[in-house]
Amino acid sequence: MSFDIDIQRRIGDREFRFSIRAEAGLTAITGPSGVGKTSLLNMVAGLLRPERGHIRVGGENLFDAAQGIDVPTRRRRCGYVFQDGRLFPHMRVEQNLTYGAGPGERGPGIGMGLDEVVAFLDIGHLIGRWPATLSGGEIQRVAIGRVLLSSPSFLLMDEPLGALDTERREEIMRVIERMRDDLALPILYVSHDRAEVERLAHCIHKIQPAKIGQ
Amino acid sequence: MTAYLSPDEVDIIALSLRVSIAAVLVSTPVAFAVAWALARGRFPGKLLLDVAVHLPLVLPPVVTGWLLLVLFGPHGPAGAWLERWFGVTLVFRWTGAALAAAVMAFPLMVRSMRLAIEGVDIRLENAARTLGASRLRILHTITLPLCMPGIWAGGILGFARSLGEFGATITFAASIPGETRTLPLAIYGALQSPGGEAMVTRLSILAILISVGALVASEVFVRRSGARLGAYEL
Repeated sequence: MSFDIDIQRRIGDREFRFSIRAEAGLTAITGPSGVGKTSLLNMVAGLLRPERGHIRVGGENLFDAAQGIDVPTRRRRCGYVFQDGRLFPHMRVEQNLTYGAGPGERGPGIGMGLDEVVAFLDIGHLIGRWPATLSGGEIQRVAIGRVLLSSPSFLLMDEPLGALDTERREEIMRVIERMRDDLALPILYVSHDRAEVERLAHCIHKIQPAKIGQ
Repeated sequence: MTAYLSPDEVDIIALSLRVSIAAVLVSTPVAFAVAWALARGRFPGKLLLDVAVHLPLVLPPVVTGWLLLVLFGPHGPAGAWLERWFGVTLVFRWTGAALAAAVMAFPLMVRSMRLAIEGVDIRLENAARTLGASRLRILHTITLPLCMPGIWAGGILGFARSLGEFGATITFAASIPGETRTLPLAIYGALQSPGGEAMVTRLSILAILISVGALVASEVFVRRSGARLGAYEL
């Protein structure tokens, strides 16, 4: 079991409950906007605290309300790819890539060094650039590279293609397929694009809108 | 410079710069820590801290000076402690003038830095957390560099405020030539004495030049560091 998630939290005036069990590979989370897909990823990453339930990834207990377990974000080893890339604007691409690659901070990872990641994503020509000068597709490739170098044990992707045009989407989709197949990292992938999800996902999990005030 | 100014006047300028620079250098780290706590912290007594920081902005400066005298005077709790352990006296010394200037400039510095910290996208800090960074590492690799323009602006604002400080300084440190008689005190003194008009004019022009120079410097610096971040939406 890659992801074993059953959590609850009230956000605003709504009660959200997510229950997801998924095997290895890429699990897509779909559903209309406002059902809390991003909140779900934030809770798995530890950026948002569930009120009840548990989060287990690859057999490791990251959160368990009943047992009082709440592993801090920085020790969860999650590679979080955001929709907007979120590169650090004051660092060049190389510094962005190596930000999470501190020596031994998170133990052995997927065993890829800077050179391999740069080759894997074909971003060698971008290494000395500032994020403000990159295109949307380039930003997303660098963001993925930064995540891979931080030794993640699983990936969270929040509509990583959302901000891209058709051509760039294809390019990033091929990268995601290779991460899924070559690196064998479990991936939780949020999207509301049916075609994208059907192509990438091993398993699709639909979230229904929460009932107000439930 | 010396053709235009008398040696006394050069001393006054030098003392003023020394007092203002010392005030800003010493209070910048404290102001940043307080600004960070106010912008990002969640703790009981936050409102109280906010009010305390802003007090010098709303109190009559003479009252602030008197409070400093009560606290840091030879018989005040902080003053006696400093004297006993470090042999430092502040009253009637240039260091006292620097303390008065720092306290008066503090709220302005905190406000400017707090705005800058609040302007740093918390989502970037969260991204750093997911990459394994500790709070301390996030502070010095993300938050601090991204609000550097605000820190500079706050520092320069504080410097200008320190340079103009009058009420708290004269109350706490008095107006001793060569020790605590800074620019504003010297201008005021010259105004009181017959035939001092020429000196008032010269010192006032200098005060204007230094202040305008500081403002221009801060503007240039803020623009230059802003330009590099470019199109990225902060």
